[in-house]
Amino acid sequence: MAERHDAADRATWIDRFSSLPSARRSLILLSPAFALIGAFGIAPLGLILVYSFLVPGTYGGVVWEFSFGAYIQFLFERDIFDGTLAFSSSYLQIGARSVILAGLAVVGCLLIGFPTAYFIATRSPGIRNILIFLVTVPFWTNLLVRTFSMMLILRDQGPLNSILMGIGITEQPLSLLYTDFAIGLGLLYSFLPFMVLPIYASLERIDFRLVEAAYDLYANRWRVLQRILIPLSLPGIAGGCFLVFIPSLSSFLAPDLLGGGKHLMIGNLIAQQFGTARNWPFGSAAAMILLSLVLIALMIYARQAARRDQDAV
Amino acid sequence: MNAALSQTPPEAVGTAIELRSVTKVFGTGSAESVTALDEVSLAIRDNEFFTLLGPSGCGKTTLLRLLAGFEQVTRGDILLFGDDVAGLPPHKRPINTVFQHYALFPHMTVAENVAFGLRMLRRDKAEIGRTVESMLTLVKMPDLGERKSSQLSGGQQQRVALARALANHPRVLLLDEPLSALDLKLRQEMRLELKTLQRETGITFIFVTHDQEEALTMSDRIAVLRAGRIQQVGTPDVIYEHPANPFVANFMGETNLLPAVIGAAERDMVRCHLEGGAEILARPVGDNAAGSRITLSLRPERIVLSADSGSGLTGRITDCLYRGTDTSYRVTLENGPELLVYEQNVADRGNGMSVGNSVRVLIAPGAARILAG
Repeated sequence: MAERHDAADRATWIDRFSSLPSARRSLILLSPAFALIGAFGIAPLGLILVYSFLVPGTYGGVVWEFSFGAYIQFLFERDIFDGTLAFSSSYLQIGARSVILAGLAVVGCLLIGFPTAYFIATRSPGIRNILIFLVTVPFWTNLLVRTFSMMLILRDQGPLNSILMGIGITEQPLSLLYTDFAIGLGLLYSFLPFMVLPIYASLERIDFRLVEAAYDLYANRWRVLQRILIPLSLPGIAGGCFLVFIPSLSSFLAPDLLGGGKHLMIGNLIAQQFGTARNWPFGSAAAMILLSLVLIALMIYARQAARRDQDAV
Repeated sequence: MNAALSQTPPEAVGTAIELRSVTKVFGTGSAESVTALDEVSLAIRDNEFFTLLGPSGCGKTTLLRLLAGFEQVTRGDILLFGDDVAGLPPHKRPINTVFQHYALFPHMTVAENVAFGLRMLRRDKAEIGRTVESMLTLVKMPDLGERKSSQLSGGQQQRVALARALANHPRVLLLDEPLSALDLKLRQEMRLELKTLQRETGITFIFVTHDQEEALTMSDRIAVLRAGRIQQVGTPDVIYEHPANPFVANFMGETNLLPAVIGAAERDMVRCHLEGGAEILARPVGDNAAGSRITLSLRPERIVLSADSGSGLTGRITDCLYRGTDTSYRVTLENGPELLVYEQNVADRGNGMSVGNSVRVLIAPGAARILAG
């Protein structure tokens, strides 16, 4: 008797729900997703945004007092004696180094990733799956461990230097570790799969009869690459560049370990402010600046993609 | 263009392509190696509309890919206007291809597609513009140059693929089943257009198809292939009327293949005894010694049925299919095998020709062809 009552209740509940206007209905159905995005995406971001306009507390934390201090600190240095502001480029240099290293990582990944993706895409389907699996193997190990092993490879007595000295390229071991080169190599190594996979996905969908048609129409290998393969895999190339650029820009492990903490990138700066430096507002401001850089880059890409789509129609 | 070409003396026609014992084996050395072409020798004349005809898997597409340069021969030589093309990559051969599924570049406009080959040849910009325009006019698409190739219908894509290949003024144009993706009406239209284009441009067309009707209507000459070997090369009427073997006879349209034994000679004909006792007079081919076993090819349209009594063989109609211009009958001979017969549907025909009726079957002397084997 009670069960039947429940069933009747449920039926009316469902009836009432389905009689709602469709906009209300979808709002209700989407609410769990909104709650999730709000709690784990928008709220923390809002918190950082608010913190970036506050004053640092002495032992970390913040003092609830509005201030542009954190943003000013990014560009100017306050003289500890007379309190005057003087322009300082040290943080800008960190920002510039981040952009340059991330850019170089993108270029490096593209130069290695495209041929790799092409090679994989032109194998037989069975071999293709094995190769794609191999590309993802590094993800099975923690990035920290992999970065440490890069340190072992690059250090003065490491295998790389032994090889270089063994084949007589250099007499003395090259100091490779703790340089910008080491950071760049670390970024390249960490994020290469992010370049290979989307380019492979694009190339795999290309009809290779188009390549034959281009050869037939007097295009040599270089022209086929330039006129057919690159234009048709452009979405994958752009996707790969972003997937490498964004994590490289905010990378924290590679500069910390491979750069020895001497060559900071913006990710390290932010980490320091929340850690040892105990300047949460400044760390928040740096994070907001990084976020804006990424957003600007994404907007430029989105606009170009939209233009390309318009052309395609 | 027409006038200029018609002045070319016919004796100036030379050989465009010569194949000398060309063999192509895929997967050489491995257990599953496949011989796609087996000792194929062939000469294709300049300005010729030449068709490679055969069922799928006969090696015709492989032959085309060898000519285009996408594959290399295992043995033998390919000569293009007298020069060996071994090792010459596709982009260095004066040959263009119309691909089976067109392979138009989806990221380019129609005009860019047509201009592609000329751009790769680094031709002058103004010249490219003029050529593209004239090519699009030639294929009857003068105003669609700015369209993306993805916006075109199948027939339009077909025309663009043709224009793109012809724009480079190749000496040889390869066409890989270019009509197979079109619907019937369009296919028939394009047949005529292709034939006209070939005559107007004077380019050697090498056309691959598995459709015998296409081959018969368009070609100057046809090569019939089967399992990597050439069965017969000749003009459409020779291939149809004088097939070299049962495979060609059967592949080129419908035919009755009848096992028979050679009997006595009679004037310029020879008696052929069918199984069951019926006799047919056929023209001897080579030395047809009495008693030798042969196969006769008897085209269904060469047999005449008559409801009147009189001379000829006797048979009974077992099946009857009305097909518009003609009617297809199955007739079982009283003392012989079953025959397929086509009768034109002209006035007064078909009286007394229903299933179960007894009819006279008239086979003119020489209507059946003796095939070797």
